[in-house]
Amino acid sequence: MTALLSLLGLTKAYPGVIANDDVSFEIGPGEIHALLGENGAGKSTLVKMIYGLVKPDSGTMMLHGAPFAPPEPRAARASGVAMVFQHFSLFDALTVAENIALGMENAPETADLTQRIIEVSGKYGLTIDPFRMVGDLSAGERQRVEIVRCLLQNPKMLIMDEPTSVLTPQEVEVLFKTLRLLSDEGTSILYISHKLDEIKALCEHATILRRGKVVGTCVPKDETAKSMAEMMVGETLRTPKKHYTRHGAALLELHNLWLQSKDPFGTSLKEITFNLHEGEVLGVGGVAGNGQDELLLAISGEELTPPHAIQLKGEDIGQLGPNPRRERGLLTAPEERLGHAAAPDMSLSENAFLTGAMRQNLTSNGMIKTAATLAFARDIIEKFDVRTPGTENTARSLSGGNLQKFVIGREILQKPDVFVVNQPTWGVDAAAAADIRSAILDLATNGAAVLVISQDLDELMEISDNIAILSEGTLSAPRPTQGITIEQIGLMMGGTEVEHV
Amino acid sequence: MFKLERRPIPSKAMVILTPVLAVVLTMIAGGILFAFLGKNPFEAIRIIFWDPIFNDVVASYTRPQLLIKAAPLITIALGLSFGYRANIWNIGAEGQFIMGGIAGGAVGLAFYPTESVLIFPLMILAGAVGGFLWAMIPAFLKIKFNANEILVSLMLVYVAINFLGAMVTGPLRSPVGMNFPVSRNFNEYPSAYNGELIANTGLHMGVLATLAVVIVSYILLKHHIFGFQVRTAGQSPRAAKFSGVNPNITIAICLGISGGLAGMAGLFEVTGPAGKLSTNFPLGYGFTAIIVAFLGRLNPIGILFAGLLMALTYIGGELAQFQLSVPAASVQVFQGMLLFFMLAVEILVNFRIRLKKKEVA
Repeated sequence: MTALLSLLGLTKAYPGVIANDDVSFEIGPGEIHALLGENGAGKSTLVKMIYGLVKPDSGTMMLHGAPFAPPEPRAARASGVAMVFQHFSLFDALTVAENIALGMENAPETADLTQRIIEVSGKYGLTIDPFRMVGDLSAGERQRVEIVRCLLQNPKMLIMDEPTSVLTPQEVEVLFKTLRLLSDEGTSILYISHKLDEIKALCEHATILRRGKVVGTCVPKDETAKSMAEMMVGETLRTPKKHYTRHGAALLELHNLWLQSKDPFGTSLKEITFNLHEGEVLGVGGVAGNGQDELLLAISGEELTPPHAIQLKGEDIGQLGPNPRRERGLLTAPEERLGHAAAPDMSLSENAFLTGAMRQNLTSNGMIKTAATLAFARDIIEKFDVRTPGTENTARSLSGGNLQKFVIGREILQKPDVFVVNQPTWGVDAAAAADIRSAILDLATNGAAVLVISQDLDELMEISDNIAILSEGTLSAPRPTQGITIEQIGLMMGGTEVEHV
Repeated sequence: MFKLERRPIPSKAMVILTPVLAVVLTMIAGGILFAFLGKNPFEAIRIIFWDPIFNDVVASYTRPQLLIKAAPLITIALGLSFGYRANIWNIGAEGQFIMGGIAGGAVGLAFYPTESVLIFPLMILAGAVGGFLWAMIPAFLKIKFNANEILVSLMLVYVAINFLGAMVTGPLRSPVGMNFPVSRNFNEYPSAYNGELIANTGLHMGVLATLAVVIVSYILLKHHIFGFQVRTAGQSPRAAKFSGVNPNITIAICLGISGGLAGMAGLFEVTGPAGKLSTNFPLGYGFTAIIVAFLGRLNPIGILFAGLLMALTYIGGELAQFQLSVPAASVQVFQGMLLFFMLAVEILVNFRIRLKKKEVA
């Protein structure tokens, strides 16, 4: 069997870093091939070269045995290579059909297109209504729009970048069925993910990248998630240990919190009530976009609420801004690393100052203590193994995982009494994720109350004592994590997708 | 072919080099312009950039002018730079400058002919408050109704100009001015006169105030948490909010500082170099200061040099006007080109130009 796509010695260098170094592998027709690697290992650059977004410095690609060097994505698509990005490129205010038409080279008439969307989505189990507004769709449904858009072009090869990060377990099952069906029909799939269990379940082969080089290939079925992670990282991973301590007094209490979302496509919070105790890790699961951002904003103090709705150690703090809350020991880490948790174009020392000014005592009479700020930034970088040349590099220059370690480290080193974090390991490689989870658990072991908002259910099962689900702005009552199955949680998340298939 | 490539880290060298490059490009383009006007480009450039300082024939007049013109430009530009760093675009410094001149001048004239050392400080304060309050209008409208501060502050310039006209033809008209639309002359009222501190240097109280503002701005911006908050608010509004910066307060403070400083500059101008309130009082300093702020890269030290350079183009431009009889508008074209080239070459701070290699087949 000849390969559908073969890569030969692909090399791409950026100033100061070799993103891909002599990368070669092959993908057969109908094969589901996983591309594994830590953040910054060069996965994105590699798929961008295949998709025509980046030109290799050297090396060749062959598609169907013919030389393949797409100068732009349009050419790649014309040759049958399609890609579903991690971040969707859809317009909220247009319908599904309009969005799909916008992304096509020669979009047919609306009636024909609608017909074809229904055909394709029916055939592959991707239920989607062409006339709905994209703004009203869930993340899983939006992804289907992207996939259907690709499938309408009859691709020979589909590239999927972190496709399951926004899906419920049931939606993941639906997606995998679709992908297996496509594979049976001869479409090759290049699958990029951090979720090693999924790769075990789905992929026939895997190529592992580390620092731009191919460091190994494997058959995922024959490996364990841990062994694959170790191949990616090149070292042995430590598994975060779960602690069992008696929980103390309630530190953070939310009482019947209602919050209107400022974002027209956001989700308003309804009647959120829970208590978070000393030494407890409470996991809040649920698909992103169900009020997670709003919950964090309300707790961080970026959005104000009625005073009594949020209490910290018995004090009403609903009307206090972020800094008074920090002063009282409540620290937060928002989901969006660049632009919210950190200012992209500011240096790491400035970003350390961003939230550390108050508790680390980094000012005197309003003047910034430069030496103390630098020392704090260095402390974060050392203790949390942030890989960067130095404190004066911008936040933007760090890979996602490294920046996340910096952001989490910045808050944890300030010794919070209550720590609230949204998506702590989203888009973070396995090694960094393990470090971050350990740090969160250590914090709770030392008596802090921790709230982890995450859509990664495995993560929540691993680290939280109690788990609650945020769905359409409503929070379920927390239940002990022990004894609950992931399927049960999935159903709590409004996993109605099972019925469609 | 050339290709722009993002630098991993913004170039520190380019931060300093780009303004120089912009000046050189302006000289070249300006030279070409003068050549088309039938003038010797080298002579024109020399008259604009060299003669005001080094030509002994004219320097006794032009050198003091340098400080007189640079001081208001620098003071106003420093105020604007805070807002511009925070993405708050006060385009109406000219109006705040005028209102400061009127408010401070009116306070002084109200005491005429009482003599007291307290009068001038009170006038400075009144000038700053006048500019500050005028800038609070766009601030209030932006905070309350999200009205665009660019448009509001700009439109208020024309309101201020007309208010000035009303004042000098009404309440502030000089009783001894033979009905001309001018106020009483401040150099006839010692307590309110902002004269030269050292004869023939152009050094007046406003120049000293400018130096003080440069130093304070530098400290605020580089070493004070306020400067940090302003920079964060401009670069990353959500991160700023997360760190506890209140966007509305930032808007009010930034517009307030720029208005107050422009108003103070207006007071120094009206009581010194201008000498009186009249409809000729607005010279466009408030607009030119926008160029100064950008040419100085919103950095206090940079603005100091940019203000001196811009003052030079004013004075040199005047020299070129009567020595070479080039049109008055050519000075404005010159200043406009400076901003144009400055904004164009700024890209080199974050990007570098690379020769694009031939594709490997």
